[in-house]
Amino acid sequence: MPAESLHRDARRFFFERYGMTSADLERYLAAALDRGGDFADLYFEYQSTSSLLMEESLLKSANQGISVGVGVRVLAGERTGYAYSDDLAPEKIVRAAETAAHIASGPARTHIVGLREVPSRATLYPVVMAPTDAELMAKLALVERADRAARAYDPRIEQVRVSYADEVKWVLIAASDGTEAADYQPLARMGVFCLARDGASVQRGNSGGGGRVDLSFFDRQLTPEELAGQAAREAIQQLQARECPAGEMTVVLGPGWPGVLLHEAIGHGLEADFNRKKTSAFSGLVGQRVASPICTVVDDGTLPGRRGSLNMDDEGAPTQCTALIENGVLRGYMQDRLSAGVMGAHATGNGRRQSYAHMPMPRMTNTYMLPGEDDPEAILRGVKKGLYAVNFGGGQVDITNGKFVFSASESYLIEDGKITAPVRGATLIGNGPDVLTRVSRVGNDLKLDQGIGMCGKEGQWVPVGVGIPTVQIDRLTVGGTAG
Amino acid sequence: MTDGNHRDAAHGDSNGLLELAQRIVAEAQRRGASGAECVMREGRELSATVRLAEVEQLKQAGGKSLGIRVFLGQRSASTYTSDFSWPAVTQMIDSALGIARIASADPAAGLPQPEELGRWEGDLGIYSPAAARVDTDAGVDLARRAEAAALAADPRLRNSEGGSFEAGEGRRIFANSLGFAGEYRRSSCSIAAVPIAVEDGKMQRDYWYTVAHDPARLDSPEEVGRIAAQRTLRRLGARKAPTARVPVVFDSLVARSLLDQIFTAVSGESIYRGASFLAGTLGELVAAPGVTVVDDGPRPGGFGSAPFDGEGVAKRRTVVLQNGRLESYLLNCYTARKLGLRTTGNASRGLADAPGVGYGNLYLEPGTQTPEELIAGIPQGLLVTEFIGSGVNIVTGDYSRGASGMWIEHGQLAYPVEEITVAGNLKDVLKQIVAVGNDLKFRSASAAPTLVIEGMTVAGR
Repeated sequence: MPAESLHRDARRFFFERYGMTSADLERYLAAALDRGGDFADLYFEYQSTSSLLMEESLLKSANQGISVGVGVRVLAGERTGYAYSDDLAPEKIVRAAETAAHIASGPARTHIVGLREVPSRATLYPVVMAPTDAELMAKLALVERADRAARAYDPRIEQVRVSYADEVKWVLIAASDGTEAADYQPLARMGVFCLARDGASVQRGNSGGGGRVDLSFFDRQLTPEELAGQAAREAIQQLQARECPAGEMTVVLGPGWPGVLLHEAIGHGLEADFNRKKTSAFSGLVGQRVASPICTVVDDGTLPGRRGSLNMDDEGAPTQCTALIENGVLRGYMQDRLSAGVMGAHATGNGRRQSYAHMPMPRMTNTYMLPGEDDPEAILRGVKKGLYAVNFGGGQVDITNGKFVFSASESYLIEDGKITAPVRGATLIGNGPDVLTRVSRVGNDLKLDQGIGMCGKEGQWVPVGVGIPTVQIDRLTVGGTAG
Repeated sequence: MTDGNHRDAAHGDSNGLLELAQRIVAEAQRRGASGAECVMREGRELSATVRLAEVEQLKQAGGKSLGIRVFLGQRSASTYTSDFSWPAVTQMIDSALGIARIASADPAAGLPQPEELGRWEGDLGIYSPAAARVDTDAGVDLARRAEAAALAADPRLRNSEGGSFEAGEGRRIFANSLGFAGEYRRSSCSIAAVPIAVEDGKMQRDYWYTVAHDPARLDSPEEVGRIAAQRTLRRLGARKAPTARVPVVFDSLVARSLLDQIFTAVSGESIYRGASFLAGTLGELVAAPGVTVVDDGPRPGGFGSAPFDGEGVAKRRTVVLQNGRLESYLLNCYTARKLGLRTTGNASRGLADAPGVGYGNLYLEPGTQTPEELIAGIPQGLLVTEFIGSGVNIVTGDYSRGASGMWIEHGQLAYPVEEITVAGNLKDVLKQIVAVGNDLKFRSASAAPTLVIEGMTVAGR
């Protein structure tokens, strides 16, 4: 890809590269609304990716790729028609528009407002240049540094796998209400996986991080050595792990990535589509107490450089910081255009999609709990017997009955106020609408995760962030094996 | 219903993609690659969702993309693009060659041995042109009927995530510089219903579906709706179970997840890294004697069937576990070389990456007892009908997952349970499969009958 053709100005990028004009976009929108419908939009996407994988200290895999396409959507009441094309030739886009139009049946009646460019605000992301050979060598150097550091951590580290992956997306959105918005969205992530062996015992450790950042992030903010140390430490710690207890107990979550609790327990249940359809365990609970008064939870897409952050969502709406729970009371939902329209609510900048081949829907950005007043050390000191969980794998939730799980990969017993033995991985399970009512202490140490979250919903995956201070939950079911 | 339709280059093909793939491979060699592969995917899809009797979503589209892998001796790299124009393709070849120069020489990397290349030469029965011919009106009608049947089953079924119909077909093309060139098509269609039941202010949701290569082989939407309703209603009134170690029954849908974990544990990728609790156990008894697991790559009509794998190696039948003994790992060429073994034709292939390892049609052979007979023999225990979360560590075998299902008392299903976990270690779980049901039915590329595990820790109250 010749670097000079990759403008950061995504509007100019599409207009120059594909010879498009605003008049063309209006013509496509007219085709989409030719059979009626209330609203139509076009989502143009050009995505460039690269990745490296090192294992056994060999750079085993390196790849790059490009995908491009346009999605056309027509809304008629609560109905959505959708079609896409991976060819941006005008006749192909018109054809997709005509296909999406099938959802409506009747004569055209919606007037297309002349497109006007939405002024973009100061960007939340750094300037990332198009991939160059020099950059490729710099990425390789990062991967090698992580590999060396993990191996040097402890002689019991037997296997190390390091991955680096990044992407840049150019996005252009045009809608029948006149919106014409564009964005340029970088995303990078490094991951380290270690295996430790001691005699017959083998354990794994994982770490990862990144965000909407450039390569300097991994030199200045989260170094390969730090990531390697985290993964190696987890694997070595786990060599000593005992069986995890089973049953209901006090659980203290460490700060940062354990915020995945919020994502599963309440986040998904507060996405507007489930509430518009009244299929969420949180339906109709706005204004009611769903957490203890020391809990305030927000979804914030405006944090600079964060993995879940966006200048605008995938419908062209600016992202914002939305209060979900304020002092224990449910305040509101995360909206996309369709649900906001039906519910008579304001857009919150949460309409997201995996790619041009997918319809937008309400999704989280960065979801976290605001800090409280407790000293984290004091929280631990106050627990007679419980589990201290500091690192997690993934989680899942059943929106309708509210039951959620999240799986601890690194946790410790708390005995008489002290952290004692590491225990084996265990799944924690609870009920979304009441788990936060059992939060008895909130630490003053809010931390956001390092930038590893990937959220799946109805088959679509988008990057997200989470965060939480140290919190104490008085009763949660822990799925261990020890009696 | 026709065959999965792989053709030789000499026969030509409808839109020249197979020839393009071969031309790309030749061009990569001309530009300096010592070896090359090209993989292409083309497909189209239709989906329709009806909710509360109104059309909610219609989606219709198609697309194609291609991936290139080049070798410079033992160095390799991959690129992909959705732009099939020749300038875009040659640019991708050059990028691949450029990044291959920084890759490490990996002694295990490379194309298959020429004699390993091949394809299954029978009728796989995985493609029906009828799938892509279902029009939107017919699809909407099937979705509507499935939802309507579910909601009509009981007045407590008062809401819905909808009924849906999906259909699609895909074509896969593969060529390499050893002269292999092949393609096949696969089609699929499905009907699903997701009703919601409300009782005492609490909601429960469940689903059912039917899937087939050919729309004529789908179950009726009414049957789908009826079963979805049953599955949803039986969850009403669920409570937590006591914390205890008890026998645990996996129904056939959730037993499939255990099979997926067995797959990950015997996959060459986990084995050569030592990242599996089954590493180094080839030839040993690792499961109960009633457990036989087979991967049947070219199974007629199978949802995972294909004539050749992601490296152009013929698909085949591999016995993984025979009466509890580990007979074979599942391997692609790379992992086979790492382990000093031969490929089992299990290379999976995305566009952008080097080949991975995947299964064709993986199943656990059925026993003789019905699920009801199995449950009747359990004084107290748990029937798991759903797992949530992914708390399984294949390195150690540690297993801890969220679950819901039915509590078993005196051989009978007593009451529904939820918000519980089921935990153990897979090394023990596999050896404690004390009974295997007779209810094996393929609904995807893996299938297992109902299984009884002698004892696992259930955590609840």
